[in-house]
Order: sequence, then C-alpha cells, then structure tokens
Amino acid sequence: MDIIVILLSVSGLVLFFATTVGLLRFPDFYSRMHAAGKGDTLSSLIMLLALVFYNFHEMNLANLLVAIKILLIGVFIFMASPTATHAIIDAGYESGIQPWTKKPEEES
Amino acid sequence: MRKVYTFIIMMGFWILLSGKFDLFHLTLGVISSALVSFMSADLFMHETKGPGKLSVGIRFLLYLPWLLYQIGLSTLHVTFLALHPKMKDQIDPTIVTFKTKLKTDLAKVALANSITLTPGTITIRIVDQVFYVHAISRKAAAGLPGEMEDRLANVFERD
Amino acid sequence: MDSFFIGIGVVLCFLMLLTLHRAIHGPTAIDRIMGVNVIGTKTTILLVIIGTIYHRVDMFIDIALAYALLNFIVTIAASRYFHHHKNLNPKGYGYRFRKEDK
Repeated sequence: MDIIVILLSVSGLVLFFATTVGLLRFPDFYSRMHAAGKGDTLSSLIMLLALVFYNFHEMNLANLLVAIKILLIGVFIFMASPTATHAIIDAGYESGIQPWTKKPEEES
Repeated sequence: MRKVYTFIIMMGFWILLSGKFDLFHLTLGVISSALVSFMSADLFMHETKGPGKLSVGIRFLLYLPWLLYQIGLSTLHVTFLALHPKMKDQIDPTIVTFKTKLKTDLAKVALANSITLTPGTITIRIVDQVFYVHAISRKAAAGLPGEMEDRLANVFERD
Repeated sequence: MDSFFIGIGVVLCFLMLLTLHRAIHGPTAIDRIMGVNVIGTKTTILLVIIGTIYHRVDMFIDIALAYALLNFIVTIAASRYFHHHKNLNPKGYGYRFRKEDK
C-alpha cells in the first residue's frame, strides 16, 4: 500500500515541477496558460488520490467521510480549473495581448 | 420541483460536511437547507424539459473515462514541451476558429472545457456557434473539432 | 512515512517559491493572476498534507475545501475586473497625480 502512495505522490510532484518550469520558460502569456491550466489539474488529482489511499487505511465511518471529502476537493478542482483558465485567457484576449508567433525568415 | 431537487442536494452536502447524525444537527440541516432552497433554487438550476435528463447524465458519466485519458495525454505533452531543451523550435502557436454543430448551452460548455483539457489547445471564447481556440502547435491545430465533438453530440443531443 | 510527507511538503513549498517569481515579475497583470492561481492550487494540496502529518485530516480538510472555493472566486473576480478594465500596464499606485505624466 505504501508503494502505491509513494509512487503516486512522486509522479504528481514531477508533474508539478514540469508545470512550474513551463510557467517560467514559455515565451508568451497564452503558452504559459497551457502549462498552468493543464499541469495543475492532473497533478492535483494524482496527489489527492495518493492522500486518499494513505488516509483510508482502515474501514470506519470517519475514514470514509474523510476520503469522500478529499475526492470532493478533486471533483471541484476538476470543474473549476478549466473555468478559471478560460476566464483568465478571455480577459487577456480582450485586453489585446498579442500572441507570440514564430518570426518568418524574411523579416529577421 | 426544482426546490425539492435543491433541497435533496443541499441536505446531502450538509450531512457530508458535518458528519454528525444526532437530532440537533440534523434539525439544523433541515432548517438551513429548506431556507436556502426556498430562497435561491432558481440560481442553482434552470428550468429544464422533463424526460431524458437521467440518460444524459449516465451517458456523460460514460464519457468521463475517455476525458481522463485525454487529460493524461495532455499533461504528458505539456511536460514534454516544458522540459525540452530547444522548446522554441517545438512550439508554433496559432489562433484558429471553427464552427460547431452543437446547439444547447450545456453541450457547448462541455465542449469548451474538454477542448481546454485536451493536448495543446485552449478555448479563448465562444461567440454563438464559433469557437476561438489557441493551439500550441500546427499538429494540434489540424485535428481540432475532431472526435470529441462527435462524442459530445452523441452524449447530449441524441434523441 | 511522516518524514516522507514532510519531504513532499518542503518540495511543494520550493515549487511555490519558483511560481512566486512569475507572480512578482510577470510582465502583465494577467500573468500575476495566473501565478496566484497556481500557488492557490498548490496550497490546497499542501493543507491536506499538513493535516496528514498532524493526524488531524478531518479538521484540515474543511480548511482545504474552503481555500479551493476561495481561490476559484478570487481568480474569477480578478479576471472579470481586467476583462472590463482593459488596462494591463498600470504605472503604479497614484500615477495620475505625478507631475511628469502631465
């Protein structure tokens, strides 16, 4: 059981690290939104799943309630993260941020 | 009828969050759930046509595993791009527009969220039936409306 | 197993510090909102991990749930504000009253 918890936590942490690196390295606002909106969702779900497995070591009512509440946070993040991403990127598009594109060869 | 549904959902949520089953807490839950569902049931759910709602819910639950698989692919794609040493050669961002065939608002919201969660694409805005989508590479932009629209049309608009 | 979770929490805090760079030095205000959103998502996970370390998950889980809701509302409100305001590069607090801009 501990093996599963360690495996899930470490993989979630690696995905979080990739999200952060992408957030720092991508060239413009829209591409950074790709990293922030997608990496966070799956890595949060994986970490919460690992915590559910760790906290559900024996079967009784309190543990069941805790597990359901952690899964509720997961469901909420799953719904809220694309919506927040969409709201932020719509605000950026409305404010007129120009997307970064590859420069054609003749201009440079 | 909306008030009854709202009351049932609120009561379930109360029991889940409190975790106590004695008479005092259950009475408090009934009072506050009734108050909330009496005052703001029309904010929580819109008036819908009666039949067929349950089957839509079941078909949507069957759609979720495929969506989770797509999220896994998408996160691996972003991870690959973010850790790639020559990242600026790999990406080529564009904004593409396309017209969808979905009619109802709920189906369009589900399609927008699914596009955001699949590899390389983010929905920017929806004007009537036209989607503005930011794609991070040409390959992601090419296969855009794709399989997902057919699946969602199968879920929401099958008679 | 406790020390393993403490390690996970420390690494999460370090990643939050890296994200804070984007929230401070972001070129536009929208970048800062995005950085704060990512930090809030990490904080939700961190609160559940702290509850696991103290063996009081039933108490910390409510705080984490409330924090997730609050993070979502903050992001929506701030991005709606800039959606209407359309000024992403303000010159600082009180810039209208400085002399050199007139």
